[in-house]
Amino acid sequence: MAEAWTLEQAIASIQQTEDASQRYYAAWWLGKFRVEDERAIAALLDALKDEVDRSPDGGYPLRRNAAKALGKLNNPAAVEPLIDCLSSDDYYVRESAAQSLEMLGDRRAIPALRLLLAGGIAAAVKAEGKPHLVQPYEAVIEALGTLGATEVVEEIQPFLEHDFEKIRYATLRALYQLTQDASYAQKLMEALKGDKLQLRRSALLDLGAIGYVPAGTAIANCFAENSLKLIALKGILESQLQRSSEQLDADSQQLMTLMDNLL
Amino acid sequence: MTVEALIRAVNNPESAQGLVRNVATLAATKDPAAIPTLVEVLKFNNPGAAVAAVSGLIEIGEAVVLYLLENIDGYNYGARAWMVRVFAGIGDPRAIDVLIEAANTDFSLSVRRAATKGLGYLQWSKVSESEREGQQAKVRDSLLLALQDGEWVVRYGAIAGLEGLSRDVSSESKTLIREKLQLFLTEEAELAVKARCQKAIQTLA
Repeated sequence: MAEAWTLEQAIASIQQTEDASQRYYAAWWLGKFRVEDERAIAALLDALKDEVDRSPDGGYPLRRNAAKALGKLNNPAAVEPLIDCLSSDDYYVRESAAQSLEMLGDRRAIPALRLLLAGGIAAAVKAEGKPHLVQPYEAVIEALGTLGATEVVEEIQPFLEHDFEKIRYATLRALYQLTQDASYAQKLMEALKGDKLQLRRSALLDLGAIGYVPAGTAIANCFAENSLKLIALKGILESQLQRSSEQLDADSQQLMTLMDNLL
Repeated sequence: MTVEALIRAVNNPESAQGLVRNVATLAATKDPAAIPTLVEVLKFNNPGAAVAAVSGLIEIGEAVVLYLLENIDGYNYGARAWMVRVFAGIGDPRAIDVLIEAANTDFSLSVRRAATKGLGYLQWSKVSESEREGQQAKVRDSLLLALQDGEWVVRYGAIAGLEGLSRDVSSESKTLIREKLQLFLTEEAELAVKARCQKAIQTLA
C-alpha cells in the first residue's frame, strides 16, 4: 500500500526518474501529508521541469501534481518557480500554480497573475478544441483576491458579467476581499439557494474562504453535504478568531453551535 | 395514502427524484411499520433518499434500534455508514459498541465524525446504575482516542462528544476529561478545533 510509505520511501520515489507513475503519485503524497522536508521541496522543484511525463493532450501531469503539492509546503523557495509555471503551455499547470501561489500568500505573484487576465472578459473564451477557457480565470481571480491585490479591482470587476457562474463567484469573492463591500458577499449568499448542487458547493466554499460571518446560518441551512458546510463554517470561524485575537466572542460561539449541529 | 401504499411507492419508484420524495413522505408518517423499508433504502446508494430515510428513522427512535442491530449488513459499506448516523441520532445505549467501533476505526471520516457526536449524546437513563459507570468510561476512552484522529473534523466531533458526555458523568470523570482537554489544547494546531476545545473546557469548569 502506497499510503504506508515512510518519509524516506516517498522522497526516494519523487527523486527517482525510472517510474513516471510512481513519481507522479509521490508528488501528490508529499503534498497530502505536508512533507516540508528540504529534500522533498528540492525534488518537487525539479519535477516542475520534468519533460518525461506527458499526457496525450501534450500536458505535463507530473508538473501539475508538483505545482499543487508545493502550495501546501509553506516554503518561499517555491514562489519564483511557481510564478514561472504561470507561463507554462499546459493550462492545468498554470491553474495549479495559481492555486498554490494563493496558498503561499506571496505578493510577488501579483504581476504574473495579472498578466493572465490580459484582454479582459472579451478574451475569456474557450480554448480551441479544449474543455476549458484560455486561462484558469477562476484560480487567478481567487488568488488575486487572497493576495490583497487592490490594484486589480477595476480589471476584475467586468468578470462579474462572465457567462460562467464559477467565474462570477470567484469575482464576487475576490471583490469582497479587496473592498470589504458586503454586497458582494451577499450575492454569494444568494447563490446558496441556486438549483445546481455543484454551484451551491462552490458558493459555500467561497463564503468560507472570505470568512463572512453573517452567512453562517444560511450555510448551515443550505441544501448540500454536511462535510462541505462544516469546512465552510470552519473557514468563517477561523477568520473570526483571527479578528478577535482568538477570543471566543458571541459570533464564534454561534458559529460553533451551528457546526455542532452538523456533525 | 396509507403506510402500505407509501411502502409500495418506495419500492416501485418511477425516478430517482420520485424516490426521494416518496421516502420523505413515508418517513414523515413516523410509523414503525415503515422501519424495514426505510432501512432497505439505506442500501440503495442514493444519498438524497438515504438522508430522508435516516431522518425518518431517527424520528421513529427507539423502535428502530433492535431492528437495525439485527440487520446490520456487514458487506454493504454504504448502508453501514448510514446506520451509524441513525444510531448517533437516536442515542440509544444499545448501540454503544457499534458507535465506538465506528468512531475509532471507520474508513470514512464523516462516519467517524457522526459517531463521536453520537457518543456524546447517549440516553444514560436507559443504562442500569450498576453498569453506567463502566459503560461511560468505555465511551470516554473511545472519545479520548478520537482526539488523536488525523482529520480535524473528527477531533472537533470528539470534543463535542466529550462535552456532551461530561454532563452525565461523575465529578472524577469530569475532572479527567477536563485535564485531557487542557493537555489537548496545547498540542492542537487547527484554530477552529482549539476554539471548540476552549469552549468545552469553559463548559466543564
